[in-house]
Amino acid sequence: MTIRGKAYIAGAYEHPTRKAPDKSVAQLHAESAAGALADAGLTKDDVDGYFCAGDAPGMGPVNMLDYMNLRVRHMDSTDLGGCSYIAAVAHATEAIMAGKCNVALITLAGRPRSEGHSGTAARPGNPNIPDSPWETHFGPSTVNLYAMAAARHMYQYGTTSEQLAWIKVAASHHAQHNPHAMLRDVVTVEDVVNSPMVSDPLHRLDCCVVSDGGGALLVVKPEIAKALKRPLVKVLGGAEAMKGQMGGDVDLTYSGAVWTGPAAFAEAGVMPSDIQYASIYDSFTITVLMQLEDLGFCEKGKGGAFVADGNLISGVGKLPFNTDGGGLCNNHPANRGGITKVIEAVRQLRGEAHPKVQVPNCGLALAHGTGGLLGSRHASATLILERE
Amino acid sequence: MSERKITAPSSNPESEPFYAAAKEGRFLIRTCTGCGKSHWYPRTLCPFCFGATEWTEASGNATIYSFSPMRRAGFTIAYVTLAEGPTMMTNLVDCDMDSLAIGQPVKLAFKPAEDGTPVPCFTPA
Repeated sequence: MTIRGKAYIAGAYEHPTRKAPDKSVAQLHAESAAGALADAGLTKDDVDGYFCAGDAPGMGPVNMLDYMNLRVRHMDSTDLGGCSYIAAVAHATEAIMAGKCNVALITLAGRPRSEGHSGTAARPGNPNIPDSPWETHFGPSTVNLYAMAAARHMYQYGTTSEQLAWIKVAASHHAQHNPHAMLRDVVTVEDVVNSPMVSDPLHRLDCCVVSDGGGALLVVKPEIAKALKRPLVKVLGGAEAMKGQMGGDVDLTYSGAVWTGPAAFAEAGVMPSDIQYASIYDSFTITVLMQLEDLGFCEKGKGGAFVADGNLISGVGKLPFNTDGGGLCNNHPANRGGITKVIEAVRQLRGEAHPKVQVPNCGLALAHGTGGLLGSRHASATLILERE
Repeated sequence: MSERKITAPSSNPESEPFYAAAKEGRFLIRTCTGCGKSHWYPRTLCPFCFGATEWTEASGNATIYSFSPMRRAGFTIAYVTLAEGPTMMTNLVDCDMDSLAIGQPVKLAFKPAEDGTPVPCFTPA
């Protein structure tokens, strides 16, 4: 049994805000949900399944469903960090297959920009988190853990800062067309490598933005999708994995995408070379490079050459990526970029991306994310979608 | 830039003996009594075979696996690979952060955290 073709994404909405000091987190979730329902042509009474993750306040489904006053018969709050919402599409499809729900709502929202949570600060110790007594005092932060992954990749494969910079350059080329993007200026490789060093070898422009915002998706059973007036975006395959320190056999040069990629491609019955558009989680430039290699878009260790010279720019290169500007330039709501990855893939498959970045006749797209920290322990999730 | 103060490590029943030994200057890791393999971070059940593990004293010799200097924050986070096998997160101390290299030999240097607890840092050998 597979999830192939068993559900469709009928609604997708990205909250336009990037700074929301005057809104509550629950309000951003609800406004995103309302946006996705309007996009699909469904109403709140149609929702009978709800999926959220660690950004949802309180007990997640309990508090959020009460706030939105939704009555559902299936709930899932699996927290896989920033890739939770990519995995949630597959989980929702599984629930729909099992008859547990027909219309699954997925929401994400947060205000790290207004609340001053950039994710760069040292994390407080918690003795019940098993790794904390061994690590927290050494000052691991989001950026230095990704920096160590970048440093090892450079050492082992000869990847350069200039090659990593091309990923930001490509994102900026796309963001210039997105009126909601936080950073709309096109940047050059020189701009990136000359920006201040934050955690060697990662510069400020190797890092994603910190933004308030939210997003929502509606995953529905095929009969419902076909009765709606929106283009049909079908779930073809999905996979999830977790990669940690493996008892001390640490290898920072690859991600859990080495497992989720092959599994998702097998379920979808397609190859990396078939993908016309890819949403690739871009917390940092190194995140993109490593995931592209691990998903099989290029040979392991050759990601630097693959991303160089505009190969990720829509209309220029072979693999258009993150055509909304991604987390690097557009939006990283709640410090979790998974839902915006799915939303832009849906836009591309519907032909509703900005005309300057729209992939012609986009029929097959991938969304992939990392949740947690590439340099210590993280989850990975891959989703493959098709325009029907 | 002066080095960052090391915050006091949090502790639980699995980590307390490590820090007690560290106060006596001993650097302990855990090794499986079944499969014989050492691991990091220390656990009661072997992460490779779920066998029982015991404390063993490690040499303190290691090589740098990866590192990232944070110059403004004034410290260098790293992973080092111990002579006994496992790779562990640490800080590189008492060194010029611009002269470090992956593969470089380093040795254990306990440094006091804010509460005086010695934590296992490493310095060029």
